[in-house]
Amino acid sequence: MSDAAATAGRFIPPTARGQSAASRAIGWLRANLFNSWLNTVLTLVVLAIAALVLPPLFRWAVTHATISGTSKAACSGDGACWTFIRMRLPTFFFGRYPADQRWRVLAGGVVLAGFAWPVLRERTRHRWAFVLALLTLCPVLIGLLLVGGVAGLPYVDTSLWGGLMLDVIISFVTVAGSLPFGILLALGRRSALPVVRMLSVAFIELWRGVPLLTVLFMSAVMVPLFLPEGVTIDRLLRAMVALILFNSAYMAEVVRGGLQGVPVGQEEAAVSIGLSWWKVEAFIVLPQALRIVVPGIINTVVDLFKDTTLVTIIGLSDLLGAVEQALKDPAWLGFASEGYSFAALVFFVCCFAMSAYGRSFERRLARSG
Amino acid sequence: MLRRSTTLVAGLAAFAAWLSLGGPAEAQEVKSPTMDAIRARGQLACGIDTGIPGYAFQDASGNWQGLDVSLCRAIADALLGSADKVKYIGTTAKERFSVLASGEIDVLIRDSEYSFIRNTQLNLQEPAVNFFTAQTFMVRKSLNVAHLKDLNGATICLVTGTTLETNIADYNRANNIKINTLLFDRPEEAFAAADSGRCDGYTDDGGSVAAARSTMKKPDDWMFMPETIGGLEPLGPFTRSGDEAWTRFVKWVHYGMLEAEVLGLTKANIDDMKAKAGNDPDLRRFFGMEGDFGKLLGTDNGWSYRVVRDVGNYGEVYDAYFGSKGLGLPRGMNNLYNHGGLQTLPTWH
Amino acid sequence: MVRRPSPRARAAQWLLLLAVGAAFWLLAGMAGANMDRRHTSFGFGFLLDGHANFDIPFHLVSWRVGDTYLWALVVCVLNTLLVSAMAIVAATLLGFLVGIMRLSSNWLVRNIALWFIELVRNTPILVQIIFWYVAVLSTLPSPRLSILLPGGALLNVRGLYLPRLIEAPRAVVLWPLALLLLIAMPFLWRATLRGRPVGARALLLAVLAVALFGGAVSGFDWPALHGFNITGGVQLPPELAALWAGLSIYGAAFIAEIVRAAILSVHKGQREAALSLGLRPRHVLSKIIVPQALRVMIPPLTSQYLNIIKSSSLGAAVAYPELFQIFAGTVLQQSAREVEVMILLMAVFLSISLAGSAFMNWYNRHVALVER
Repeated sequence: MSDAAATAGRFIPPTARGQSAASRAIGWLRANLFNSWLNTVLTLVVLAIAALVLPPLFRWAVTHATISGTSKAACSGDGACWTFIRMRLPTFFFGRYPADQRWRVLAGGVVLAGFAWPVLRERTRHRWAFVLALLTLCPVLIGLLLVGGVAGLPYVDTSLWGGLMLDVIISFVTVAGSLPFGILLALGRRSALPVVRMLSVAFIELWRGVPLLTVLFMSAVMVPLFLPEGVTIDRLLRAMVALILFNSAYMAEVVRGGLQGVPVGQEEAAVSIGLSWWKVEAFIVLPQALRIVVPGIINTVVDLFKDTTLVTIIGLSDLLGAVEQALKDPAWLGFASEGYSFAALVFFVCCFAMSAYGRSFERRLARSG
Repeated sequence: MLRRSTTLVAGLAAFAAWLSLGGPAEAQEVKSPTMDAIRARGQLACGIDTGIPGYAFQDASGNWQGLDVSLCRAIADALLGSADKVKYIGTTAKERFSVLASGEIDVLIRDSEYSFIRNTQLNLQEPAVNFFTAQTFMVRKSLNVAHLKDLNGATICLVTGTTLETNIADYNRANNIKINTLLFDRPEEAFAAADSGRCDGYTDDGGSVAAARSTMKKPDDWMFMPETIGGLEPLGPFTRSGDEAWTRFVKWVHYGMLEAEVLGLTKANIDDMKAKAGNDPDLRRFFGMEGDFGKLLGTDNGWSYRVVRDVGNYGEVYDAYFGSKGLGLPRGMNNLYNHGGLQTLPTWH
Repeated sequence: MVRRPSPRARAAQWLLLLAVGAAFWLLAGMAGANMDRRHTSFGFGFLLDGHANFDIPFHLVSWRVGDTYLWALVVCVLNTLLVSAMAIVAATLLGFLVGIMRLSSNWLVRNIALWFIELVRNTPILVQIIFWYVAVLSTLPSPRLSILLPGGALLNVRGLYLPRLIEAPRAVVLWPLALLLLIAMPFLWRATLRGRPVGARALLLAVLAVALFGGAVSGFDWPALHGFNITGGVQLPPELAALWAGLSIYGAAFIAEIVRAAILSVHKGQREAALSLGLRPRHVLSKIIVPQALRVMIPPLTSQYLNIIKSSSLGAAVAYPELFQIFAGTVLQQSAREVEVMILLMAVFLSISLAGSAFMNWYNRHVALVER
């Protein structure tokens, strides 16, 4: 293995013009798969494993699988029963959101995409303004749309929310809350004021030191103890607050990395022309720092999105929770593999898309910087 | 004691009758902060299991079903006039009593056992048993064991945060044997472990074990052990202390469903029976044509009729989820007292 | 710091401290009132007074039903540390392997590593742990059909059963001695004896340690089928294996990326210079690239290791008796002391994390100092 790494410089075969496609293919194979005896062995081993694993998997997932029909009886073959997934799809995506109101969830998705687009695309003037709108105006609009009770929209209680929609909402609200909070904490950690610095460090280390599971569990069990009698906070909101506190510590560390990457001269120059601390941070340091840490922030968001599955521990039913609910329906017992595969696939698609965007941004950053 | 309470009820009835002359404005003389909150909200916040066949599970369209869910629906129907005005809150075994104590839910109906500690130390009320059971064991037939004691050295899967592991520890100590336990956080993985042979058996209350059996690849490979441990395990709704009127309400909704079964009233025949009630005093009282059995509870007199019409009587509900139409568990202890079971109810006077 | 804060800001920070203190005081008062209302008190006395009436199926130190909750805490912390340590070692090895595979010249190997990383990093760890548990369980045979492995070990759905060493009384002295020799070995390796480096000759110590260890073994306890289960030997339960696999593989995917980035961060000129000096490719990697890459790697590796420790709390899903599972589950239920249990859990995890990062910081300084 070490030899392989040492010669890791990508060896591009000299492809002569006018060569036939077949000989070019052979040349490629020789250069990329069989260029040393070690690589030949590795290639053969990998191919053997693939030959063992992939055909049965393909048989189970595709050729022997069932997707038609409306009941368990339709699934008589030895393959996967995708019928189960198809029948349950609405609950996997929307939870128990009323069927005639589901357009609101879709509309919320469109609103989110609309706000996110100018932030994500490559060339945007005044990107900061769009980011601000995405983090403040957008959650309010989506919240009004989904909760309802205004403008003729019937009220939908959060106990009906579930499925993938819940994962997306929790992640989005958590990011919107933890990013500004995390920036404040990161600035606090670099502050010249000892008390502010100490409080920030203590806060960050506290949340980074405990598992998310305990934080969520605390939000479910302990938070009510700290509220006056008769006051209850919606459990989804409580979970979100817990996630915001928890994630802001991670955001703070990511942002701190960016702050360290801004040359000290920038700050010194800004101070020397007489700008106040707030102005220096807001207009000179942060814009440069945040640009560097976008890939790091995206990684944190991906981690957060995956972690939203843990809300099943406190009785909220996200996508994974909805799948597990479905597994216990007496009419559809015994489809655990299908259910978990589906959940894993949906998470993979969402997270992969986000990480891919993060990587492309990183490349863009490397080009411009 | 009996006489005194009878006198009290009679007195209250007379008082209520007197009040009722005043008109509907005084209909809600019963003082209950919980009921006021539910009315103001327009919904009953009902804490249920996050999902277990029989007690509470979601059907294909995502609607909650089950024995516990039916009681939630019945309570909402009796108080608010619609069985659909329920906000279901899934609670895990670990957090359930904290959620109730915090006031997030009005009532907890989550296959939870009535116990001394829960009544005293946790300061919760235990109004009515909606499911009598006992800690039951299910083992593979291939093990060839006849009695629980033969399980010495065997491993049993179960879900933690319950009284089950305590019972097994007690049983081990009393019999000087060692039944090993494997504690899971959630039932799905515990079922999978039992099914794959990681454990020799699975234990929980009788209803849940029947549910577990139904999820096995080959349910017929499994058998129930004849013995149960930990004594009788009465499961039912929990309410917070300090609101007697509400606790009473929950209790009588359950009894209403039992009374309907005693009187032979079902979802199907209730309207016929109401029309034919004639002078039958029992039926007239049940339908609210006589007496003030609604007002005394803090709702209208038609509540019991509504519950049977929309949810059904206790026997019907049992049948749908545990009996012939559900998990196939014999009615056993949950039969009415006059059929050899433990489900009894006070007189409807 | 670029400039000194103004006196006003310095005064304001004390106001902030006051506000935080007041908030804590308010919350504590509220919690006290609420606990009064629920007829509960606050105190950790239950750890010593209460008797844990449940079994902990997997324990490294002795555990009997009826021991104190405090002892249960020790047992569970050890279980958490065990699976975390195993996962950290495995994740590091696997992560280095995959990270180097990512840089392989073999197209197939390179892309397999890439897809492994993408697949693992982009699915929730909870789903992965459940998958490994269910996958492991569904492929292994029942105890009666145990697979006999070389060396007398048995493998079945109940776990992996290894022969247990039976120690002779002299082990009390000999085993700690063997451990000391092992600890001394790396130091001797670097030391010089009469002006010459000791180097590989330090391995003699290891041989000696093995001899001492073996000298104190009086026999083996072989696993065998007895009744329902295998008795004898040491059991490695599938719960531990699944959690171990889940944590290791998930951690490895992140570590692989760290390794790759670190190796790429070593300047290309370094390798070229080493090669032109006539070093073998193998030595270029081990003597030039890895030592330099290691320094870049340590801070991100630290946070990965801490993540593994924290994620071990997901063992609750697969019945591995770690801290969260037993304390937030059974102990909370039996003692009805939710506030104390939650504070305890967070305090323990926090101490483990802080101790871990303190150690890694020390190690980082240690590595950074070795400037050659």
